[in-house]
Amino acid sequence: MAESPYAVEAHGLVKSFGNNLAVDGVDLTIPRGGIYGVLGPNGAGKTTVIRMLATLLRPDAGQAQVLGHDIYTAPKAVRERIALTGQFASLDEDLTGMENLILLGRLLGFSKQGARRRGTDLLSAFGLAEAADRQVKKYSGGMRRRLDIAGSLIITPEMMFLDEPTTGIDPRSRNQVWDIIRTLVAGGTTILLTTQYLEEADQLADRIAVIDHGRVIAEGTPGQLKAQVGAGALKVRLADPAQREDAAEILERSLGNQVVREKDSAALTVRLGEGNGATPAMSALEDSGLEVETFSYGQPSLDEVFLALTGKPAQTQNDDAGADSEKVP
Amino acid sequence: MSQTSTTTEHGGPAETARIQGVLLPLEERPTPSGPLSGSITFGWRALLKIKHIPMQLFDVTIFPIMMTVMFTFIFGGAMGAVVSGTGQTGGPAISEYVQFFIPGIFVQTLIMITMYTGVTLNKDISKGIFDRFRSLPVWRPAQLVGALLGDQVRYGLAGSIILAVGFLVGFRPEGGLLGVLAGFALLLVFSFCLSWVWTMVSLLMPSEEAVMGVSMTIIFPLTFASNIFVPTATMPGWLSGIVEANPVSVLVSAVRELMDGVYDPGSIIAVFIYSAVVVAVFAPVSMYLYNRKS
Repeated sequence: MAESPYAVEAHGLVKSFGNNLAVDGVDLTIPRGGIYGVLGPNGAGKTTVIRMLATLLRPDAGQAQVLGHDIYTAPKAVRERIALTGQFASLDEDLTGMENLILLGRLLGFSKQGARRRGTDLLSAFGLAEAADRQVKKYSGGMRRRLDIAGSLIITPEMMFLDEPTTGIDPRSRNQVWDIIRTLVAGGTTILLTTQYLEEADQLADRIAVIDHGRVIAEGTPGQLKAQVGAGALKVRLADPAQREDAAEILERSLGNQVVREKDSAALTVRLGEGNGATPAMSALEDSGLEVETFSYGQPSLDEVFLALTGKPAQTQNDDAGADSEKVP
Repeated sequence: MSQTSTTTEHGGPAETARIQGVLLPLEERPTPSGPLSGSITFGWRALLKIKHIPMQLFDVTIFPIMMTVMFTFIFGGAMGAVVSGTGQTGGPAISEYVQFFIPGIFVQTLIMITMYTGVTLNKDISKGIFDRFRSLPVWRPAQLVGALLGDQVRYGLAGSIILAVGFLVGFRPEGGLLGVLAGFALLLVFSFCLSWVWTMVSLLMPSEEAVMGVSMTIIFPLTFASNIFVPTATMPGWLSGIVEANPVSVLVSAVRELMDGVYDPGSIIAVFIYSAVVVAVFAPVSMYLYNRKS
């Protein structure tokens, strides 16, 4: 069989649970290699899409091929090539970290010794060697997440599904998970990750599909998505907070847009109009003699993209309420 | 996490290099385990759980002791009079009743314990690990078969306890050790097959409580409308017909015979037929549900 250039080709995927239409005609084309982000709020259908692609859930309609193998006719071929790290740690909490890895290693065909050796290697690579013989229920959120990912790497998957890999873990652990994900991509694995955090998609993903109410409402690189929303913004930080009002007045006059006063008492942000460069405004500031500490000209954040696309603000990193609402019975 | 980070650095280039170092080259992948080794591996998991949570053996240790002692001394004196046909109550009657009743309570208790197989599985399904298992390139029934194999150990333990308690209260089977072992083996076969019913129930029900409720509703009539406690001859005619057709009665009769040293191929084959029918109906339904479970 010719190697498909795509990791995922899905057309018209539909899935409903009772009266709830969870996924309503999703098309996805994901190239091999790199990180593909599926971004959306709780209940948007992200988990359902992943579960269908990972052959855990049968779509009501639509077609999908994962790494060139049909999810209906060749589910085993798909399972041999993928790994899934679910939204809730896909681990046996009653067993130790080592036992979890041996269990998965044995199932994947390692001998008893081979599975133990593989477990030892993975635990030490993920900094869990000391916790090897502790029950997983005694692990911290970050440790669980690392063990979970280690469990997905017993054999290197061609494609890895990560369902909200950083939901509910602390920022430090989140950065570690990001590093791990980038490492895997460098090793050639294609990653499909879902997230409700715009920052995460922006930081990691090469391409993003924005999902809301079971439909893809936008797709592209982070840059393309931002471009859909329009021009960027100029952020200025003054050396002396007392001069902020003066600076605000100059920027407003020169750009003709409302200036936003940030929480940081020395910072200002102003949206740029279409075809309206930041240079004249910066020159005006300089001429006025106000001392600018830093300035940046940035594209709009994905927060703004989301607001523009869906008409409602996206979730923030702190908003974990009902994180499990998408797990449908 | 502080306890691990003191000695191991997380994140950054060091960890990146370590992780790159453990990625397995594609050509070194082993072949995924087959149906048998997959099932055995899942059975091993069930045993590990017993090791880590010995409390879950409560139902297979205390419960059988309670049932055996309670029924023997509360009902024995009265029932023995009926079973022996002498009409004599009290101490000697208890001894008569024990010979009749121990194989019965042995079957009843084990059948009741099989119910926990469903409860355990239902708990498993509500966790993330279920998705992980199903996304592996492993023979899918292995998870269910393995869990049932692991449960054989629990059944074995519970059965041994009942027989030991039975011995203490005066059970002296005529078939000797061999007869007892043969009866035990037959019961384990039936229990394994019956577990598929609870497997199906656990896949259909939304919670452990619901699994428990439904299982109880099936188990109570199944075990009480049987010859476990009293001979069918004492029942009204219409009922004794039903009770004699009850698979549990067929099983209890066969186990009693074996423990008495009577080897009747007819009784044993009848148990095998019931067991085969139960598996043939409920195992495929369970697998269908398991594969479709969302």
